[in-house]
Formats: sequence, C-alpha cells, structure tokens
Amino acid sequence: MSDEETPHGGGTMVEDDGAASRLPARRGDAGHDVAVPERFENPGLPPHVHRLSDSNEVASKRAERQVAMLFGLSMLATVAFLVAYFAIDYTIDVFVPGIGSTNLLHLVLGVTMAVSLLGIGFGVVHWAKVIMPDEEIVEERHLQRSSDASRKKAADLILGGGEMAQLGRRPLLKYSLGGALGLFALPFVVQVAGSLGNPTEVSELAETLWDIPKNPDGSPGAPIRLARDPELTPIKASDITIGSVFHVMPETLKDSKHVLEDKAKAAVILMRLDPSQFADDERGRKTQEWGYQGIIAYSKICTHVGCAVGLYEQQTHHLLCPCHQSTFDATRDMDVIFGPAKRPLPQLKITVDAAGYLVATQGFTEPVGPSFWERNEFVNE
Amino acid sequence: MNALAARRRHPAAIAILLFLGLVLVGTAYSLLAPKSAQASAPSADDVATGRQLFLANCATCHGLNAQGTQSGPTLVGVGAASVDFQVGTGRMPLPGPGVQAQRQNEIKFSEEEIAAMASYVASLAPGPAIPTEEQLNTEGANAALGGEIFRVNCAMCHNFAGAGGALTRGKYAPTLKGVEDKDIYEAMLTGPQSMPVFNDQNITPENKKNVLAFVNGIYERPEQGGMALGNLGPVSEGMFIWIFGLGIMVAIAVWLGSKAA
Repeated sequence: MSDEETPHGGGTMVEDDGAASRLPARRGDAGHDVAVPERFENPGLPPHVHRLSDSNEVASKRAERQVAMLFGLSMLATVAFLVAYFAIDYTIDVFVPGIGSTNLLHLVLGVTMAVSLLGIGFGVVHWAKVIMPDEEIVEERHLQRSSDASRKKAADLILGGGEMAQLGRRPLLKYSLGGALGLFALPFVVQVAGSLGNPTEVSELAETLWDIPKNPDGSPGAPIRLARDPELTPIKASDITIGSVFHVMPETLKDSKHVLEDKAKAAVILMRLDPSQFADDERGRKTQEWGYQGIIAYSKICTHVGCAVGLYEQQTHHLLCPCHQSTFDATRDMDVIFGPAKRPLPQLKITVDAAGYLVATQGFTEPVGPSFWERNEFVNE
Repeated sequence: MNALAARRRHPAAIAILLFLGLVLVGTAYSLLAPKSAQASAPSADDVATGRQLFLANCATCHGLNAQGTQSGPTLVGVGAASVDFQVGTGRMPLPGPGVQAQRQNEIKFSEEEIAAMASYVASLAPGPAIPTEEQLNTEGANAALGGEIFRVNCAMCHNFAGAGGALTRGKYAPTLKGVEDKDIYEAMLTGPQSMPVFNDQNITPENKKNVLAFVNGIYERPEQGGMALGNLGPVSEGMFIWIFGLGIMVAIAVWLGSKAA
C-alpha cells in the first residue's frame, strides 16, 4: 500500500500476482484530471500471427522445396568450383557486361564459392523463417545460487585436494612453485613493457647514408656522388638543364645492407633553377651557396609526416607534398608556404668533383623527415 | 476568317512561331556565316611559312621575334618538340586565361602548318627535336623497367596508373589515357607548364621508350579484376563498396529480421 506514486512511462511490469489495479484520480497537467493506475497490467504478448506455411500444407511443401533447391544449388556450385579449378586456364580474360574485362578463373572461382556458401546460408535462414516453429517461448530463469549442500560439497573437494597435494604441510613445495610460475610471466611482461617508448636507437633517426664515414686514420672520407634512382648512375652537372628534376640516391646505396631503411632516409630531389630566380634574401642566398650554379638538392622526406615530396612545379618553383599538401618554396630554402609542415626541408650541400659529377661533401646538417622529441639534439648547424 | 486565323490565339501558336523563327535564323546563319580563312597548304619544314603563321597566331603573346612578353615566355631554345606538343595537342594558342593550358579536342592547324611553325621555332635556337619513328618504336621495350622509372619520376603527379592528379591552386597533371606516344615523349622532353624537364640525360631515349611501353601496357592489357573505376585507387573503389556492398548487406539484414509471410 505504498503511496509513492512515481509515474510509470507505460512500461510493463512482470508482476503476475493479479493485484487489482487501483485507479485513483490524479492531477495531470493544469486543469486535466488523468486516471493513471498505480501499476500497469502486464499486457502480455501480442496475439500470435500464424504464417501461411503453418496452416497451408501446399505452402509449407513449397517452402520445403525452396530450401532443398537452395541446398541443391550450393552442391552444384561446389562441384563447379572443383571442376573450374582444374579446367580453366588462369591466363584467360573475359568481358562481362557490368563488370568489364576480368580474369575468367578468378571470376568463376569466386562466383561458385559464393553460391555454394550462400546457398547453405540462405537455405538455412529460409528454413528457419518459414518451416521451423515461430511460437514465442518463455525461458525459465532459476536462481543462480546453488543449493547449500552442493556448495559445501564443492568447497570440501577443493580443500581436500589441497590437503592431498600436501601443500600445507610442505611450504618448500609451495614457495618454489610460486617462484617458478611467477618468474614464468616475466618474459611476456618484459616484451610488452620493453616495446613501449622508443623502438629504435634515437640517433639512428638522425643518420642517413649521406653521412660520410671517416677513414680509419681519421681523415674525412670520400665525397659521395649523387646517383639517379633507380639506375644508380652518377649525375654530371652538365646533364641538368634548367627546369630538370632528378630523383637521387647516394651512389653508396648499392653496397647498403639495409636498402629499404637507407632509401627511406636518403631520398633526395635535385632541381636546377636559373640563378636569377632565387630570392634576394638570406634564405635565397643560402640556397644558392649550398647548391652548384643553380642546381640544388633537398631531402625528399616531408617534415610533416614523412611522405616523399616529389611534385615539383617547374614554373612556380614550388614543391608539393601529395599527402597533406605541404608546399615548399625552392627559391627560399624550401620555406613552407602552405600546409601542415612546420619546418623547411633540409638541404644537401653539393658541389662537383674533378670529373664533373655532382657530389655531396657532407651529410645533412639536421635530421630529415618528421619531428621527434630528441630532434634538437641532432641539429648541428 | 480562315481556319488558321481562327486559331491565332491558341496557346501553342507562340511556341510554333518561336520554333519556326529559330529554324529560319539557324539555317540562314549556317548558309551565310563567314568561314574561317584557309591558308594554302604549306610544304613541311618551311621556315618562312612558319614565321607567317607564328606572327598571325602567336606573336601577340610571345613577341614578334619570339623573345617573350609579359603574357608569354620566350620561345627561343624551346625546340620543335615544344611546338609540336603544345600546338599539336591544342593547348596553344591559349583559348583563354586560366591556371593552365588544357588539352583541346579540336586542333585548329593542319599537320603541315604545325610542322612549319615547329621548324620556324627550331630555327631560332637549338632545342629538343620532334621524336623520330625509331625513337617512338616500343617493340622489344622493357615495360617493367619503364614502370620502375615511371613510379620514381612520374607517378607522384600522374598517379600510379597514369590517371592524373592534382597540383596546387587548381593546376593538375592530366591523365595519360588516350594520349599519343609522341605527345608523351615530347612532354617528357620539353617539360610543359608545371611539368619538369626530363631531358635525354635524365631519362635516356631508351628509357623513354620503356616508359611509353609501360604506359601503353596499362591501357592495352585487359583488366584482370573488372572495371578499373578510373584507376583512382581507394577513392572510387571505396565509394563502390560503400554503396553496393553495404547496400546489399543492409538488404540481407532486413530480410533476416523480417517475419515470414
């Protein structure tokens, strides 16, 4: 008989004790008296709508035939798959309207596998929807808690087992087992925890193949020639006309043991501008100084996230990165004029050797590519 | 009053009159409109003829001696290949201002006229020459090496399959589909507009042949996987699967949950 009249939102209550609902008059919104019962009666399930196949024998026979047909189709398709696997030559291309030209073997294998699987799936679903009973069933939910007797029996079993293993009487056994199992977890933990943080030696990020290793006697090593990618042939300064773009790798790439890692950091783009086109400020002068007669070389790795910045627009002298459209100005030391990059591309100082080939006499003076926490330690300009 | 006059206020009368008027004016125009002047067919390699054509069509922007003006760069040293490419693809004479000159379908000059203009420009200063038949012959070329060179030098602007791509401020690298071998060779050689120059020391003539073989192979070989959807990669393919693939899955989900008849 509680007088707590919390308004119900029309939900069903599973209260089957048959309590008569009281219908006191209550105030609804201003001026209207609304009769709301204290408890809503459980409306029960909606009236069951029988399917055609429940009452009609012909319809259910037809449904059965449909399911059997789907299964039969699946069987045919499976056999067709096996036949096609051996019979169709993999080099045949065929034109299918709506799909275009495609490889015949792939098409047939795919279609037959699809039909064989879908035949089973659709058949089973159709069977369940049309033939299997669809009356609503109530599932009983008994209490989860076991009886007291079973609980006591289970506890006794476990404790008894411990006594039989004599763990209580023999602490040495207990502790050495604990030690072995505990230590066993360490390899996994160490690997997981160890892989957090920097995966590489940070200084590797700042090293590129352009860094010239010193000779054993301490003298500086030979300058590295700039070579065309992918042929790795050296480039003569006279080969480069104004407006040319060469994609460059160090000549020492052919001796590299880790070609992909080295390529990823050593990629350089080389272009030639008319000397009058460089900007007449400090950046423009530095660009020219580090180049050779209008030929300039820059790291191709974007300082934003590391895509290869290869889209050189010859007339505007802008270098565009295709990934996020960072745009660099070649006349001003690859100053960023648009896009998310925050730092200009590092320049590679080049000159020519005695034979006229372009060489780099020093590596990059700052790490190439995107930023990382420790980057400032490696900038040595 | 005759039958025609009786219907003069019919609603369709004005429509019929307009239609007749249009037909009349259109016919009159096509019969009486002035035709564009046809120059007499010049002989090829005629520098003088080329100069005349140049003065008539190009000098406004490129200067009377092709030295360049505010509106157009100098043509001294660009070579016959440049003229053959720019005029041969309809990019020049520039139809109107814009971020870049676009390929046109209708070329206003005959082949002899283009050859004449090319030889005139070539006579101004040495420059890249029009590729010979031998240089364009891709028989026995190495398309795999061509593909490697294409991916290093060309794919960043023109897309992995030559479908074209965007540059800054509305400029774009056009698709290579349907482009003649000669035009591709000349574009590499001369570096038109935003495209850099890939001279014969950068990509050797043999490698240029390899690149042509690769590009031709993309469009000549039948697709192995059905429609290429423009060779645009995940953009077009993603749209396809979102619309059709997800659509089919939604339809199946609806069927699974619906009650049988």
